[in-house]
Amino acid sequence: MTLPPAAWHAIEAFIVLNALLVLVAYVTLLERKFAARMQSRIGPYYVGRPHGWLQPIADALKLMMKEDIVPTASDRWVYNLAPIVFLLPCLLIFATIPFAPDLGVADLNIGVLFFLAVSSLEIVGLFMGGWGSNNKYALLSAMRAVNQIISYDLPFIFAALVPVLLAGSMQMSAIVAAQQGLWFVAYPVVGQLAFLAFLVATLAAENRVPFDILEAESELVAGFRVEYSGMKFALIQLGEYAHMLGTSFLGALLFLGGWLGPGPAALGPVWFLTKAILIFLVVTWVRWSFVRIRVDQILAISWKLLLPATLALLLATGLVVAMRGPGGA
Amino acid sequence: MPETQTKQVVEVGYGGNERLMMNMGPQHPSSHGVFRMILTLAGETVVGVDAVIGYLHRCHEKLGETLTYVQYPSIASKTDYVAAMTSELAYVCAVEKIGKFEVPRRAQYLRVVAAELQRIASHCLWLGTWCLDMGGALGGGATVFLYCIREREMVLDRFEELTGARLLYGFHQIGGTRYDAPPGWDKKVRETVDFIEARIDEYEAMLEDNTFFRVRTQGVGVISRELAQEVGVSGPLIRGSGVSYDVRRAEPYSSYQDFDFVVPVETAGDCYARYRVRMVEFRQSIRIVRQALDGLPEGPISSRPGVKSVGQVRVPKGEGYTRVEGARGEVGCYIVSDGGPKPYRMKWRGASFSNLAVLPHIVPGHKVADVVAIMGSVDPVFGEVDR
Repeated sequence: MTLPPAAWHAIEAFIVLNALLVLVAYVTLLERKFAARMQSRIGPYYVGRPHGWLQPIADALKLMMKEDIVPTASDRWVYNLAPIVFLLPCLLIFATIPFAPDLGVADLNIGVLFFLAVSSLEIVGLFMGGWGSNNKYALLSAMRAVNQIISYDLPFIFAALVPVLLAGSMQMSAIVAAQQGLWFVAYPVVGQLAFLAFLVATLAAENRVPFDILEAESELVAGFRVEYSGMKFALIQLGEYAHMLGTSFLGALLFLGGWLGPGPAALGPVWFLTKAILIFLVVTWVRWSFVRIRVDQILAISWKLLLPATLALLLATGLVVAMRGPGGA
Repeated sequence: MPETQTKQVVEVGYGGNERLMMNMGPQHPSSHGVFRMILTLAGETVVGVDAVIGYLHRCHEKLGETLTYVQYPSIASKTDYVAAMTSELAYVCAVEKIGKFEVPRRAQYLRVVAAELQRIASHCLWLGTWCLDMGGALGGGATVFLYCIREREMVLDRFEELTGARLLYGFHQIGGTRYDAPPGWDKKVRETVDFIEARIDEYEAMLEDNTFFRVRTQGVGVISRELAQEVGVSGPLIRGSGVSYDVRRAEPYSSYQDFDFVVPVETAGDCYARYRVRMVEFRQSIRIVRQALDGLPEGPISSRPGVKSVGQVRVPKGEGYTRVEGARGEVGCYIVSDGGPKPYRMKWRGASFSNLAVLPHIVPGHKVADVVAIMGSVDPVFGEVDR
């Protein structure tokens, strides 16, 4: 039986999407356990002994059963659409990520560009949520979000472009192939600096502490999602974690050599996942140990430090590549 | 429509003069109880703040007139429920002053131990909640909070062994204390303070070496020396603004003159200065606890042992005001007695209430995020503000 290629893609996308949703759910459990250990607690334990392995399922069920509240004064269309508009780009970024050579939905030749472009789209849903809620906390948070995401997308893109320059390709699998000899994180000077800048920009792009000013529970209660409940809240949360996971995958792919690792090639996806989870844990580690900084300080860090630094880094990488010629080290 | 009128509408709507009124509270994650701030915002900057208090008013002063001298001390602990020991102490000291009741030296020392342990517990809660305000319940702030709560728990355990209660104690009574230290208690207290002393170093390493913490606190919410004195703030706030004022030193009560301790003073007046003052106070309190345990005299714990009936304490006609150094500053209690078993009139001077009055002076001009940082550094307890 032969299926048209579009059908194959649909099946692949379905599998990836569902695997992804499960992964996202369990990543939240991982973060909760990790944070609990940092804070000398145990974390989820009773729902699914041992160690609360059923907790994400229980959370999802609880959120599904919760009452869905739409504030009377809200802009209903915008308010109801926002979680979906927010979630879509967060899931779409996984389309271009190959989990092993030839294992992925679409290994576009502009994969990195697609990823960066789509992941920036989440701001639209975010602002819609903040605006549509007709809540002052949400509005203030949406304002902050636009400020922050626009200022951090540039350093994020510039940092991500360093491996692209080094590999001489925007195709994800080609970038990994170029790291066969040396992972880009180990590439002298530019690699490490770019990875560092990437991590910082990642924190901001994911809105995590110390850059979580748009959630900021202690000031804005819950920021743009303050009015959301039940499944809409769950969708926003899902989108946030999916985005975080996607960015971790991107980091593993661009800097840590993707699925490269010792052992047979079949172990590739395992290596890839391990590296992505490692990046995720670093982000979590930072999150649970810093205090949040102020909106003006966040903007100052981006425009005065990170942006010029990543620009200079990109130039330096260009020089390195021009002297050496593209394609791995 | 005339042209000029259109122009005017545009100016009002988009000229950058818009103000957003935002309620922070009465139910808000960082209102430290029930407090409402009506903020006027220009973008992110606060241009006006209107503080509304009274959500936790429980007629404490009227209660003081209807309850006898025996009954009220355990109610007094409900004014500042985070530092219950010092509120009780203020009340009993005032009654003892009017009635000229003797307090045995052992009781005085036990009171000092209780008060200083309470200061440690209260500062633990302050540090935790303040970091929670700045770092978020889903972030580094929560980590510091849980660490601090862990240490506070140990102090509460010691209080439980002493009085049977963990939050509101009823430890003090007119003429002494109600409970004596159980056998082996002093050893446990010593272990507790040793442990906490080591942990304070960890907090300092975690916070002071952190640039993000410093940029959030340094230069934020500056209270000048003049402002501090004019508004009448006390405790860590006034000491953070360069005034060396501590009731324990200025007007020693309960044998504080016997102990050797330093009154920390910082001159910057910002949130960081107040943080530094409290961190030193942690250590000084530990020092006082150790000295008091070392010199704990033998003897009775009350000059009026066996007071059972609620009307048994009678105080001669007169009036008296005493002040003690609570964890938040000067806690004062004013009592007028008409010779009966109950005060004729009673008035609290809550440290948090006076400290909170400084907010409208220092908050405008800061960003919204700073409001919670400043609020946390003032460390109000609304039981004491609203009474």
